[in-house]
This record gives sequence, C-alpha cells and structure tokens, in this order.
Amino acid sequence: MAETRTTAEIVAQCQALFDDLEFTHSRRWKEAAPGRKVVGYLPVYVPAEIIHAAGMLPLGILGGGENLEVIHGDAYYQSYICRIPRSTLELGITGKFDFVDGFLFPSICDVIRNLSGIWKLLFPKVYVRYFDVPQEFTDDVGGVYYEKELQELREGLAHLGGRPITDEALRTSIALFNENRKLVREVYDLRARTPWLTPTSEVYLVMRAGMVVPVEEHSALLREYLAAVQAEPRPMRDNCRVILNGVFCEQPPLNLVKAIEMSGCYVVDDDFMLVNRWLLDDVPTSGDPIQALARAFLHRSAETAAKYQPDLAKKGQYLLDAVRDRAAEGVIFAAPSFCDPALLERPMLESRLEKVDVPHIGFKYAENSGQMQPVREQAGTFADSIKLWSSP
Amino acid sequence: MTQRIDPTRAAGVPKAEVVKELSMLKQKDMIAGNYEALTSAPQTGRKVASTFVPGNLNELIMCFDLLNNLPEINAIQNGMRKVSGELILEAEKHGHSEDVCTYVKADLGMMAKGNLSPNGKPLPRPDVLLLSYTGCFTFMKWFELVRDEYKCPTVMLHVPYQADGQVTDNMRSYIVKQLRETVIPTLEKVSGVKFDIDRLRGYLAESAKAEDDFVWVMESAKNKPSPIDAYFGGVYYIGPIFTAFRGTPDATEYYRLLRGEIEERIRLGLGPITPEGDMKEQRYRLVVEGPPNWTHFREFWKMFHDEGAVVVASTYTKVGGTYDLGFRHDPRNPLESLADYCLDCYTNRSLPQRVGQIEKYMNDYQADGLVINSIKSCNSFSAGQLMILREIEKRTGKPGAFIETDLVDPRYFSAANVKNRLESYFQMIDQKRASAHAA
Ligand code: SF4
Ligand code: SF4
Repeated sequence: MAETRTTAEIVAQCQALFDDLEFTHSRRWKEAAPGRKVVGYLPVYVPAEIIHAAGMLPLGILGGGENLEVIHGDAYYQSYICRIPRSTLELGITGKFDFVDGFLFPSICDVIRNLSGIWKLLFPKVYVRYFDVPQEFTDDVGGVYYEKELQELREGLAHLGGRPITDEALRTSIALFNENRKLVREVYDLRARTPWLTPTSEVYLVMRAGMVVPVEEHSALLREYLAAVQAEPRPMRDNCRVILNGVFCEQPPLNLVKAIEMSGCYVVDDDFMLVNRWLLDDVPTSGDPIQALARAFLHRSAETAAKYQPDLAKKGQYLLDAVRDRAAEGVIFAAPSFCDPALLERPMLESRLEKVDVPHIGFKYAENSGQMQPVREQAGTFADSIKLWSSP
Repeated sequence: MTQRIDPTRAAGVPKAEVVKELSMLKQKDMIAGNYEALTSAPQTGRKVASTFVPGNLNELIMCFDLLNNLPEINAIQNGMRKVSGELILEAEKHGHSEDVCTYVKADLGMMAKGNLSPNGKPLPRPDVLLLSYTGCFTFMKWFELVRDEYKCPTVMLHVPYQADGQVTDNMRSYIVKQLRETVIPTLEKVSGVKFDIDRLRGYLAESAKAEDDFVWVMESAKNKPSPIDAYFGGVYYIGPIFTAFRGTPDATEYYRLLRGEIEERIRLGLGPITPEGDMKEQRYRLVVEGPPNWTHFREFWKMFHDEGAVVVASTYTKVGGTYDLGFRHDPRNPLESLADYCLDCYTNRSLPQRVGQIEKYMNDYQADGLVINSIKSCNSFSAGQLMILREIEKRTGKPGAFIETDLVDPRYFSAANVKNRLESYFQMIDQKRASAHAA
C-alpha cells in the first residue's frame, strides 16, 4: 500500500505538472510502451473517451500560461486576438508538442477554428481535426449529425493508431470517464460545502493535472486529494462565496485565482476545464457507445458561451441554478481579453443575475497578466460589499 | 447609359458630384424600396425576418412573404453615414465590451437609440430571427443578444464548418434536415404562409440567372486594364445578390444592366469608376483579403486609386457565396442547394482553402500583390491572416501588405498609418519589378 500523501504533497505534484511546459509526464507515458500515441485537444469539449479507447492519451492543451515567453506566436496573431492561440503555437513551433500525434480543435470560437487550419499548414504530418458539435439538439437532426461526426473521429483515430476502436473498448473508456467525472463532481461538491478545506487555487491544479495524466491516474489522484483534504483541518474564514464564470478557454494566471481568494472570496463554482464535467450524468455503458455519447451531449451537457441555448427562458438558467445550489453570494465574470464568446455572453448572464439581485463584477485578463493588485482590490471591494449587505 | 444625380442621397456615397450608371440607380432604388417596405411594415402588416448576410436564405424567406432585414447591412449603412461610432459607444455604455465585434455593438446601439433606418424611420421589431450560423460564431451570440431584446421566435440553422476543405454528405443532410424540420415549420408558423417548394424553385432559378452575370462581372477584372475595382467597387456589386434581392427579377435586371455597362467599359478600354470619376492609370493590380473599413470608405479607396492601384479580386466579395468557384443555386435540388450555398460561403471555408483561393486569384488575375485589411472586430476573418500572408508570399513570390482597421468603429481607422503602409508597399512592388527587370 502506497504511503498516504498530505494535501500539500499532492498539490505540489500537480503544481509541478502544471509548471512543466515540456509535458514530461505525458512524454513518459508515451515512451513507456511502443506504439503509444498522444492526442492533444483544446477547450472546450472533446469526447476524450474515444481517444482513450484508441489506446491513446488525451492531452488537454490550455495555452502556454504566464511563464511562457511568446516569440514566434506573436508573428502569427494581431494584437487584438486573445493569447491562447499564440502561446499554443509557440509551444508547437518550439517543439514542445513534438511527441503529440494528433490535435483536436473543438468548435468553440473562430479563433480556435482557424487555428485548426494554421496547424494543418504548419504541421502537415500530424493528424488534425476540427471537432464540430451540433447546435441543434434533437436526436434525429443534431443527433444523427453528431453521431456521424463521432464515427468519423473514431475512424480517424483508428487509422492513426493502426487498429480499430471496438465498442467494447469504448464502453470501458466511458466507464472510466464516468468514474472520473463523478470524482470531479465530488471535489466540486466538497468545495461548495467546505470551501476553506479546498481552496480553488489547489482544486484548479488538481483538475489541471487531469489534462496531462491518464484518466485512471487522475481518478486516483482525485480520490487521494478528497481523502487528504478531509483529513486535514483548515481554518474557516469569513469569506464570501462567489462563482467564477468565463474562464472556460484561455486560463487566467494562477495568481489571479489566488488574488481572488486572498481578497476574501471563496470560489464555490467555476467553468475552468469544462471538459471534465461537460457531460452532467453517467454515460450509459451498455448499448451503442457512440449513440450514448451523442445523447449525453445533446440532452445532458454543460452550458457555456459556445453552445446555443434554443430556449430563451432557459438562457443563463444554469448560472442561476449554480448560484442557488452552491449558495453563492455573487458572481465574478472573468473573461480573456478579446474573447468574443465570453464577452458577448456576459451581458446576457448579468441581466439574469440582476433580475434576482445577485451581485456581480467583471474584468478581463490574459494568461500572462502580471498585475494582480487591481483584481485584488476589485474583488476585495466586492467581497466587502457582499458581507456588508448580507450581515444582519 | 449614365446620368448625373445628387450623390449625397445615394447610400453611403456622400460629397462631390459623381457619375452614376443605371445599375447604380437601380440598386439605390432597390435598397430604398426595401427600407421603405421594412419601415412601413407596421402599416402594411408585412412580417419581418432578420437574418445575416453569409448563408442568408433569401429565396426561402420570400416563400413566406417575409421581408428581409439584415443587421450587418444596417451597420454598414450606419458606418458609411458616420453614425456607427456613437451607436457603438451607446452599446458600450450598456455594458458591452470594447473588445467585441463592432457590427454587433452598432446594431445593439442602434436598437437602443430608436432603431432608425437610413430613411429616418424606425425599423420594425422582427417577427422572427433566422439565425443562420455560417462562418462565424459571433452570429450566434449576436442573435441571442437581439432575442433578449425582442423576445421573438428565433430559429437556428447551424452550418458546420468546412474544416477539411470539403462538404460531406453528413453536413449537407444535417442542414437539409434543419431546414425541413425546424426552419421551414417556424417560418410557416410565423408568417401563416404554407411552404411551397415550387415557389422556392422559381426563386432559385431566378437567383442562378443573376449569379451568372455576377460572376461575369467579377471576372471581368481579368482584363487589362480592369474595368472594375473588385473590392471598393465590388462591395456595391455584391449588394443585391448578398442581401434581400437574390431570387428577384430586380436582382437579375441589376446584373444584366451592370454587365452591359462593364462590357461597354471593356470595349472603350476604361478602368473602374471611382467616386472621383474614371480611374486612369492602373499601376498595381491587387488582391485584397478581408472586409473594408466603412467609416472612412472613400478615404480608404482614394489611397488606392490615387496611386493607380486597382483591386482585381477580393475575398470579401465571397462572404455571401463563392459563385466564382462554380456554385449556383439549383432549382432541381432546392434544399440541398441552399445547404451547399451556406456551406461554401467564404468564412466557412478552412484556412488552407482560403489560402488556395487567394493563391488562385493571384495567378488567375495576374496580381502584383496581396493586401490584407485585417479587421479588429472580426475573428472569423482575422485570426490566421498573418499565416495567410506568409503562405501567399511563399507560394507566389509576390509581396504582401498587412494593414489594420475596423469595420464600423471609427476609433480604429488611422488614416496616416494606413496611408504610410500602403505607400511603402507600392514602393516595394516597384522595387520588385525593377529588380525583376534588371535580372
Ligand atoms: S479565449 Fe475566447 S476568443 Fe480566445 S480562443 Fe478561447 S474562446 Fe476563442
Ligand atoms: S465577427 Fe466578423 S463575420 Fe462575425 S459578425 Fe462580426 S464582422 Fe461579421
């Protein structure tokens, strides 16, 4: 039996994975057996089950973060485009992805959509797929389209891997990802109940680890983290409870999350790395696995700016539900600069919150934003005002 | 063929007296007529659909007797009339970020300020938003925002992206099914008019006629000298076919007239008409990628025609369909044809396809170079344009220029910068030529 690690030790491991722009852990996984392949993907959602069922490692790519110096990437993007595509290109051009055999670019926005084309031109030898998802959510229309898209992805990956992806393998992978999503939800639930035990700067790192390690390993890590935090008392502070929204693609620097926490906020829900809880319930492990994944997407998946909400009455409802379920006292909208999806979505969400008197603030960031003082001040004032108004 | 009119009344062409050809007058009447029909809808009882230019389903909309209101066109009109700046500020005042697409903000600002059409009368509330989602994600957010305001029925037509440079059966049948199962029933319900596929076929046949002449017009720029400017002039030529007129006899007539006028120009060896009269010397033949700036449209154009630069092909004139690549609306396969139309609009084409298309233009039109007008607002166009520039320079050996402006936000048009950039670019082409001669 392995020795029990402390929360600090677990988080230190996750921090090391986060800091490592060489993706050493993923490289080692690949080198550990001949013929292994790695498939990278960008936000916001891909069915990682299919990559896993192909025997490959799904590698979540979230840009280069605050420590990457972008030199080449800037030559490909104008100043008024967000930073994630340029830092991702920087990683590509400087060989950091030289072990990655395929890339999936999900349909989240025009920037990532077009990055798929840049990638094809710059790296003609790797498997590149733009992963489209339906914006029509009935089984017979969007469902049929999406199932065929999933089949095409399955075939593409089977070709890349040189072996078919069986239904059985898919079901096994679905079960493993169900387990992972369940654990992710447990961490989120625990954080909402006892946010002082699970600071978001830690939870974030633990979730980020899931982007670069195999799902089985990540599930073990989540279990370990859940046990460790519950065994270690930590002081409860008089913080207010907020939801962080808009951080689903380009990531804010970790220091921004820390600044929000230090200013007196507990983040009790967020939309970081939605891929790990995009599907809201367990995907059935019997029957046709492709259809099961499709139906889960159509009927039981998360909402975000990149997904159409056909029903006006339901627009933004997920956020109101989260405010209620997580007992949040306010919402902090943080969006990457120049991010059309997040910034255009924000006013619609704000108006929903205003109808039910939920306070909110908003700011923009870039993955390499350095100055945290303004954020700390803004979030601090926000927290103070919430506490003032909610005090008896 | 030509007559003089008061150009200050022509949409977006202010100032000095210019020569107007019959096609211009015809288009002006068509636009004015559509705005009149829209703004009088509350009196006439006609129903209104709002929809976007790329992938617009004008023929289908007409099958339901709906009027077609295109918010991008309103934004362009407001840009050219120099009122978009204040509309954008209005939207920003209401909490919209300075970072996002300015078409959206010009539209929302216009709604907030009484929704006045260029004829000075308010545009009616739309009865339906037809969210045909082609080539740009921002469209989806845009109509979600508009829906928030009007709370009217909204129907989505999701058009998959041509990422691998081809249209698959799956994409096509997904669109056809959406048309059959959601778009058409919604439009029937809103309009109270039963769908008649033969009526649609009739409109599509009419579209195809105009499309033939339209392509002929755009390809006339292969002549030397070019009788047209395929960008600054091109934005007028695309007017009818990209908007509320495709499928009408008016559009067919417009392109017939236009073609006749251009045939005449070729016969006489004339260059394009600019706001300052016929363009004389043509020193540079250019391909332009990206939409124009509308707030300083004339000034921008002047920077080209003053230097003898004529645009022989442009990608912006393909956002509402890539007819020059062979597509025609086809009455024999009406819904499939609408699907194919939507799928192949320029910004729905993959980046490698766009590069290939531009390269083809550079060769087919014997261009001296590529100018990219990169638009701050438009991620759909702009993200990846520096890659396009590199590829085109590499593949053709011709120099490229990169300028940055915006669509309708006057804050992002720096005339001095653009002019400097273009002047040094033209010098670069001269130098290339000189060294080619020397070699
Ligand atoms: S940060 Fe926003 S605009 Fe940039 S790639 Fe991500 S979703 Fe697109
Ligand atoms: S982003 Fe570009 S294509 Fe999209 S709505 Fe704005 S201007 Fe049009």
